[in-house]
Amino acid sequence: MPLKSIARPLALAGHALPWLIVIGYFFTADYYLSFGTEIMIWILFAMSLDLALGYAGILTLGHAAFFGVGAYAAGLFAIHVSPDPLLGHLAAIALAALLGLMTGAMILHTTGVTLLMLTLAIVSVISQYANQANDLTGGDNGLQGIKLAPIFGRFEFNLFGQTAYVYTAIVLFIWFLIAWRIVHSPFGRSLGGIRQNPRRMRAIGTPVWWRLLAIYTISAAMAGSAGALSADATSFVGLSVLDLLSSGIAAVMLILGGVRRIYGAFVGATIYFVVQDYTAKISPFFWEFVVGGMLMATVLFLEGGLMDLGNVARRAVERWRGGADDA
Amino acid sequence: MLSFILTVLLDGISYGMILFLISVGLTVTMGLMRVVNLAHGAFAMIGGYVAGYLTQRGGNFYLSTIAAAIAAGAMGAVSEMTVLRPLYRKGELAQVLLTIGMVFVATGTITELFGAFPYPVVFPDYLTRPINIGFREYPAYRLFLIAVGAVIAAALWFLVERSIYGARLRAAVDNARMARAVGMDVNFLFTGTFIVGCALAGFGGAIGAGILSLEPAYALKYVVLFLVVVAVGGEGSFEGSFVAAMALGIIDTVGKYFVPLAAPYLLYAAVFVLLLWRPRGLLPPKSVA
Repeated sequence: MPLKSIARPLALAGHALPWLIVIGYFFTADYYLSFGTEIMIWILFAMSLDLALGYAGILTLGHAAFFGVGAYAAGLFAIHVSPDPLLGHLAAIALAALLGLMTGAMILHTTGVTLLMLTLAIVSVISQYANQANDLTGGDNGLQGIKLAPIFGRFEFNLFGQTAYVYTAIVLFIWFLIAWRIVHSPFGRSLGGIRQNPRRMRAIGTPVWWRLLAIYTISAAMAGSAGALSADATSFVGLSVLDLLSSGIAAVMLILGGVRRIYGAFVGATIYFVVQDYTAKISPFFWEFVVGGMLMATVLFLEGGLMDLGNVARRAVERWRGGADDA
Repeated sequence: MLSFILTVLLDGISYGMILFLISVGLTVTMGLMRVVNLAHGAFAMIGGYVAGYLTQRGGNFYLSTIAAAIAAGAMGAVSEMTVLRPLYRKGELAQVLLTIGMVFVATGTITELFGAFPYPVVFPDYLTRPINIGFREYPAYRLFLIAVGAVIAAALWFLVERSIYGARLRAAVDNARMARAVGMDVNFLFTGTFIVGCALAGFGGAIGAGILSLEPAYALKYVVLFLVVVAVGGEGSFEGSFVAAMALGIIDTVGKYFVPLAAPYLLYAAVFVLLLWRPRGLLPPKSVA
């Protein structure tokens, strides 16, 4: 079996690939560097959604609440408390986690459509509040005037976005390691059980509600971190971060790439942005049509997302071979 | 003071009627086939744009709204048979994502065809003028909405509660497997009801364009409201969605008059509390357990 002997190096190469791309992009992107930063921020957001929606099966369309609260928290912290980006980032994570813990404790005993509606209600309350609280958030005009101190007093956020890029990449890598550790732990496995059959998990003694609350809080912290990065990278927070569309786009990325595969978020977010960038040049609204079509096709024909293409192809080859043997 | 209260009530009821007309089809989809359909607002939007297109070119308003209903119903039929039907057996996540995809496609198409700006439906002159209703002048358009909504609600009530079709539908909502076991064609029943629901949504989108203004973002912007009506009323419950739509319309209007700053988030906060208190809505169908 020659295949087995190369499987391990192949897997290692596969793990290294996305990070090599992240590093390679930094040296080749020039003016497109902020595009890469934006993609990485959305990878992080989609990955946080994967933990809650994909692994634990928490049906939510309200994840933008955590992204948005993280973004506003980081921005407001920079303006009113301290310009230190790391402190602001930590504050944003803490606030998003707290919100996740509080709302999660209230809603996670429900399931299905009720849960979906509760998450929508939460994000709607927050977004309407942000719209009304002009003095605090800038309302429709967005939060402006975010000025950050250099990271560790050395690395300044500059016009070309090098600092923002490296900073985002490092944060993404840390969260990636955390997410990887979680989903391959017994705790992560138990989430799969809860997703598939919560009653049975309860019957064998799993504290279902606590487990869901734990992953929901972690996921909220991660989304808040993505929001903080977005506020730092663009020095701006707009109301649209709290839109239903934001949650929708993260879900689109997730399903495009593949749910319950940490790298699915990487593939999905990248494809989404490349397609959006490319089609928006043809016509400013064409991307919605294309992305919607891609999403529908993925759900209908490729349930595992693009990351599953390999398996689908292998199965097709096996079927074809099997068919040939029969003949 | 009394006339003020009456005005607020009329405003709320006319708004509620529109919410009811659009949402009643959604309650069937979610109650009967357990499909989370986020694309329902897109059907209302399609209806509205059809009516807008026709009336802007001098078409008769009433015929245009009927054309809107037919167009939305036809779109509903096509999408039910092609993309929604394979979804019934898949999980809620797949349903949410696919219907979001439909919203994207609809929004993109509408923007390409009609542009990104609000798109008006031209109402007949006599509907745009205020008329005297005894104690004050009141917009005829809103009275028209209340009248049309009341007639359709009554017709639907008769259809659902008094006809054999309604008896079958209620039986299927309460227990689809049992209904199948005694020989009802639940799939056919559902397709038919889904089409009627989409047609009503299209009709509601057309005549309600004076309140819920048409724009490409319509489908995503208002679908939360329609979902709220369904969830608050109880999935699959007709009386529930009527009561919920009226309550929502009136609460929202009262809020806008008295606490204009807090109204938007108070509404969603109320929904949040209500769903925590009664996760199955106000008036859930009897045996949906």
